[in-house]
Amino acid sequence: MGTTGTPTNITQGSGTRGGIGESTLRPDGTLKVTGEFAYSSDMWHEDMLWGQILRSTVAHAEIVSIDTAEALATPGVYAVMTYDDLPTDVRHYGLEIQDTPVLAHGKVRHHGEPVAIVAADHPETARRAAAKIKVEYRELPVITDEASATAPGAVLVHEGRTDHHVGHVPHPNILHRQPIVRGDAGAAARRADFVVRGEYTFGMQDQAFLGPESGLAVPAEDGGVELYIATQWLHSDLRQIAPVLGLPENKVRMTLSGVGGAFGGREDLSMQIHACLLALRTGKPVKIVYNRFESFFGHVHRHPAKLTYEHGATKDGKLTHVKARIVLDGGAYASASPAVVGNASSLGVGPYVVDDVDIEALALYTNNPPCGAMRGFGAVQACFAYEAQMDRLADEVGMDRVEFRRLNAMEQGSLLPTGQRVDSPAPVAELLRRVKAMPLPPERQWLSAGEEADVRQLPGGLSNTTHGEGVVRGIGYAVGIKNVGFSEGFDDYSTARVRMEVVGGVPVATVHTAMAEVGQGGVTVHAQIARTELGVAQVTIQPADTRVGSAGSTSASRQTYVTGGAVKNSCELVREKVLEIGRRKFGAYHPAWATAELLLEGGKVVTDGGEVLADLTDVLEDEAVEVEAEWRHRPTEPFDLRTGQGNGHVQYSFAAHRAVVEVDTELGLVKVVELACAQDVGKALNPLSVVGQIQGGTTQGLGVAVMEEIIVDPRTAKVRNPSFTDYLIPTILDTPTIPVDVLELADDHAPYGLRGVGEAPTLSSTPAVLAAIRNATGLELTRTPVRPEHLTGTA
Amino acid sequence: MDFLRPASWEEALAAKAEHPTAVPIAGGTDVMVEINFDHRRPEYLLDLNRVGELGEWEVGESGVRLGASVPYTRIMENLRRELPGLALASHTVASPQIRNRGGVGGNLGTASPAGDAHPALLAAGAEVEAESVRGSRLIPIDDFYTGVKRNALAPDELIRAVHIKKADGPQQFSKVGTRNAMVIAVCAFGLALHPETRTVRTGIGSAAPTPVRARAAEEFLAAALDEGGFWDNGKIITPSVAKQFAALCSAACNPIDDVRGTAGYRRHAVGVMARRALTWTWESYRGAAARTEGVA
Repeated sequence: MGTTGTPTNITQGSGTRGGIGESTLRPDGTLKVTGEFAYSSDMWHEDMLWGQILRSTVAHAEIVSIDTAEALATPGVYAVMTYDDLPTDVRHYGLEIQDTPVLAHGKVRHHGEPVAIVAADHPETARRAAAKIKVEYRELPVITDEASATAPGAVLVHEGRTDHHVGHVPHPNILHRQPIVRGDAGAAARRADFVVRGEYTFGMQDQAFLGPESGLAVPAEDGGVELYIATQWLHSDLRQIAPVLGLPENKVRMTLSGVGGAFGGREDLSMQIHACLLALRTGKPVKIVYNRFESFFGHVHRHPAKLTYEHGATKDGKLTHVKARIVLDGGAYASASPAVVGNASSLGVGPYVVDDVDIEALALYTNNPPCGAMRGFGAVQACFAYEAQMDRLADEVGMDRVEFRRLNAMEQGSLLPTGQRVDSPAPVAELLRRVKAMPLPPERQWLSAGEEADVRQLPGGLSNTTHGEGVVRGIGYAVGIKNVGFSEGFDDYSTARVRMEVVGGVPVATVHTAMAEVGQGGVTVHAQIARTELGVAQVTIQPADTRVGSAGSTSASRQTYVTGGAVKNSCELVREKVLEIGRRKFGAYHPAWATAELLLEGGKVVTDGGEVLADLTDVLEDEAVEVEAEWRHRPTEPFDLRTGQGNGHVQYSFAAHRAVVEVDTELGLVKVVELACAQDVGKALNPLSVVGQIQGGTTQGLGVAVMEEIIVDPRTAKVRNPSFTDYLIPTILDTPTIPVDVLELADDHAPYGLRGVGEAPTLSSTPAVLAAIRNATGLELTRTPVRPEHLTGTA
Repeated sequence: MDFLRPASWEEALAAKAEHPTAVPIAGGTDVMVEINFDHRRPEYLLDLNRVGELGEWEVGESGVRLGASVPYTRIMENLRRELPGLALASHTVASPQIRNRGGVGGNLGTASPAGDAHPALLAAGAEVEAESVRGSRLIPIDDFYTGVKRNALAPDELIRAVHIKKADGPQQFSKVGTRNAMVIAVCAFGLALHPETRTVRTGIGSAAPTPVRARAAEEFLAAALDEGGFWDNGKIITPSVAKQFAALCSAACNPIDDVRGTAGYRRHAVGVMARRALTWTWESYRGAAARTEGVA
């Protein structure tokens, strides 16, 4: 078998430096840049078969018949499986609600739903055989929006629902509904001097990770299976996979393989169960790799949304109330939709103080592609709408847009509309002040190199559409609030196993977690934490697998907080044990062993005054100290289903953006010149990684502002652009300069005071760009992404 | 699928004569995409990569004979002066990797209305050198595109080269895509001034079933330039002339609504590009008679 690509077993660091707060380099960085990193799609096993999935060609239909005879008869084909071939009665899976069939049963509910799987000795043979499976569909009307979902006599996407949300939703095609009601928004509206109402539309964004879904399942001699897989959460996968296979969890052994990006798109299962089923059926290793086309059908997307907002303010610019209705399209299966609803509603006002709030957020079941987790997770859609509203309301009041926001900004001690008090720094006004104070890029910056226009700095870029004609600059601001970690009472823990021993005459720490490294840099940070806590130069990061307890998901900006916290905690427990050994061996030689605060630094036991008591090599000798422990952040509570009140979140992350754009107002093309960001990160464990996260999140937000959208035909619910030819993501020429101002105001409840970083910049980037385009064009622009036809009146 | 690998041009012609359904492949930037996605499964692939002469070009007295496989990168780097419109268009083709592989022969063979080279070839008045075992012929570019992804080649013919006159005046090329690099054209526009013949030629991409010229616009502009003695006096073109030229270019479009843009937007954008391209080329003509390069 080829090597798996997770950057593991790489001994990091060569001195006593490299602790937290330093920008140590990522172990996988050079490999990725030079193309040597082994991704999950690069794995190979002798004698392996290739799996292929047959997907539905229609969005909503009864399956009349499936004929696999011709596919099975194809030379080179080892197995063809449909729903009827599944080995146990557990035939559905799902993150929260087990509503997703492993293979379609009786009905398909969205375009591209898996119907049958094939294993063959060559990928092309598998593809051809899959194409020979004859599926007869009887098409059903498609549910594509709220109107069709709740129309009288609407077909139910899921009949006979028994999930725990069905009792509180107004219609079975509504998956979950969460109101947030505080104060009396109706009464407060009467006190408002200014009221603005708006309707906003958010398009369907894709995570567009570059490494397609892929993995390798190897049948084991004990009847179990080993699965090498790119995922965001090994143990969540395991919990869903094992029952379908009819195996106990300890017979499904999972190892993380090289992950080519995730952004939420790998929280749900994709090919995991299919590969294992085929491996167990054939007795051979089975590899599955989606191609780019299939990848667009192989994972959930960001929920498209319709948002209706009403904001009010007094003459002196104080917010009186917010009313909002947020309708998220969850598509055919539940995925993470209920939690996305929780975020969209509870964070629906943004980082502002408002006493009177009436919000309703809901997710629909439709026949559109399933939607679930993506960076920003419900808070993104809301931020796009409330920030547009804040601009409009500032204009009505006659205040500067930034000053209006600062006047209403929340701070430490403020109450959220859920009644939860913000109990750590919330420097919203300060972030806005900082981002506004940054110097602006020069006017007509495309002429900075000389007399002739540098088209790369103009809208249209190398396509040479303008040399300055029709180009108008615009500037826009936005700020957002994102929760960090899993909310609403979820038991959000992680596990770390840390070992310390002497290897080759030097003390070495080994860190073993099941944390999915998806590019966020967790493996770098874990080594930094171990160096800081244990005073060793060398740290070995073990491969992430299911031989150690769950690390929770690499999502919700939580891994540095939670698994970082678990590593810190286990290191502290190891340190205690090491000091115990030291006291036992050397306590008699120096009174400080009993009286002083002792630390591990530079491979030695030292007092807090810096006096060296012993070398770690002498303390440990042949002994190894190992601890595996779970660690959890403070508990949260569910939101009340009628009022939305409750201490639902554990931490918040804030970012503010200023966007500077040049718009070709005649052609409707946009060049984002600069996206300045200010963000509070509590404590930057690795400053370089922090800036990378902020720039990446900012760029992903830019993408959905001006280009990224999965286009679904409203008549057929079929995806029209499943390729990188027509689903456009920003190139380097679309990516602006991103100056980043990082604040470090510690959250005393979090390890090292840190604050989750990865998602907040994705929130405010989009509305800042939209505000800048509105500023340049004077257009209302209530939908994102903005397309050239929206800017030229030719839609 | 059989993979034919002729070692010479003669062998390639013989193979194409023997297997008229064979699909020629050079850079593979179009053909391989179609094969990978199973959109196309040709019986034979005819690999032209061993025919070295297809990657060469000759600059003659009056024109350039551009081998069918000369990569776009070479055109950008070496033929900016002779073929400024095509060089600008080459710059907008996909990514650097694809520009290193793809050439004009592939654009012509595929004959997609979205091919980036077409508007520049139309504006320059190129001729396609097609050859079979039966003989060689020059197909005027105006007669080459016969339908959506169809061209005037006979089943046994291969594209050997494209003959393009050296620019005798300024040329421009613009393309609209919804991002600033590496994008398929929503629509594109090429313009060449030909002071020697006192004519202008245009080319429009992605705004009709085939690449097209805006003939009415060309005739209107040529007449307007002639009438006012503009070619000799080098006066600024009046806004009303530019506006009318743009309107006629828009009117030459016959676009569709698709996932990349609306028909209305394409018509509008072609007009804007036409007006700007006219301004740039004319300014360039007025500024320096010798200067023919584009700005980008």
